[in-house]
Amino acid sequence: MEQLLKVIDQNGLIVAFLIVGLLTYFSDLFSKKVLNGKIPGSAIAIFIGLVLGYLGGVFSGGEKGLADITIFKGIGTLGGSMFRDFAIVATAIGASFLLIKKSGLLGLISLFFGITVFFLAGVALAWIWGYRDAVSLVTIGAGACTYIVGPVTGAAIGASSEVIALSIGAGVVKTIAVTILTPILAPMIGLNSPASAMAFGGVMGTSSGVAAGLAATDPKLVPYGAVTATFYTGLGCLLCPSLFFLILEYFI
Amino acid sequence: MMIYGLALLALSFLLGQWIGEVLGNLLGINANVGGVGFAMIFLLIFKEWFLNKGWFKPDMETGIDFWNKLYIPVVIAMAASLNVKSAISSGSLAIAAGVLPVLLAFLIFPMIIKSFKSA
Repeated sequence: MEQLLKVIDQNGLIVAFLIVGLLTYFSDLFSKKVLNGKIPGSAIAIFIGLVLGYLGGVFSGGEKGLADITIFKGIGTLGGSMFRDFAIVATAIGASFLLIKKSGLLGLISLFFGITVFFLAGVALAWIWGYRDAVSLVTIGAGACTYIVGPVTGAAIGASSEVIALSIGAGVVKTIAVTILTPILAPMIGLNSPASAMAFGGVMGTSSGVAAGLAATDPKLVPYGAVTATFYTGLGCLLCPSLFFLILEYFI
Repeated sequence: MMIYGLALLALSFLLGQWIGEVLGNLLGINANVGGVGFAMIFLLIFKEWFLNKGWFKPDMETGIDFWNKLYIPVVIAMAASLNVKSAISSGSLAIAAGVLPVLLAFLIFPMIIKSFKSA
């Protein structure tokens, strides 16, 4: 037993391959036998991943979900930003450059639109919750964009650490909400073509959420959503602490 | 050779991330701007170019397609390593500011598609 634990400890990434493989197998089985394929197996597996992330946080008290439990630490490597971004780039191999070029303008418009909508909605909610100073309002509005835009903005304009933590929380909740809601709502909002996926990536922005949501909806759409979503965080980090902050400060 | 495809993917990835970092630096923000997007465009351009030259062999695509197919498992692992607990327990405003704008965006999304099609 001691030897087995040693092997597990020294080969975290390999253990992660096995765990994710088993998780996928049981999710697929559940999807086919219990749900008659109504919800795709990948959507169930991603949802179970979130639940495990929650449980991991409860048991370890750490910040990386299941990956904070020693024997599962390889999950953090496999799901970390390096592998995630590398795999997202690889999805481009199935995309058409022509289609991306054709819908480029739609993607760009969606980006500006998405950041503005999320920022304003976040600011409005922070206002309802009693925040009145421009710095906190902008930081929480930025957190409603993504969990990177929030802290980057908060640090730039000097928000309190409590507000910055809140903005990260809002951003992570957004990722989870987009992941779960996309496969459920996709048929109702006409999310079924490369062009609509590019607009979707621009509006929603959270690359992890968009990519996970689209993967559970239709894997063919992933590269189109990802190609616009990847600009969202950068654009948000650019707009929130500068233009948006100045405008809001002017009104308050 | 499969490794050629994998190397091409790695080259595109690194070039794209580099541009993203440089762009973020030029804009004066502490973030990577579109690195993944640029990398995807590099990969598409390289593939076009290799196809035109007749250099692109089926087993090169295997090296890239392996990572393409590994994408969903990576996302599952990512979901399991998110800080779900602290996100849920950081208070009602964090949950409201995370969920309500998403619902609003789902509501608005069909209008954007429609107005763009008619424009």
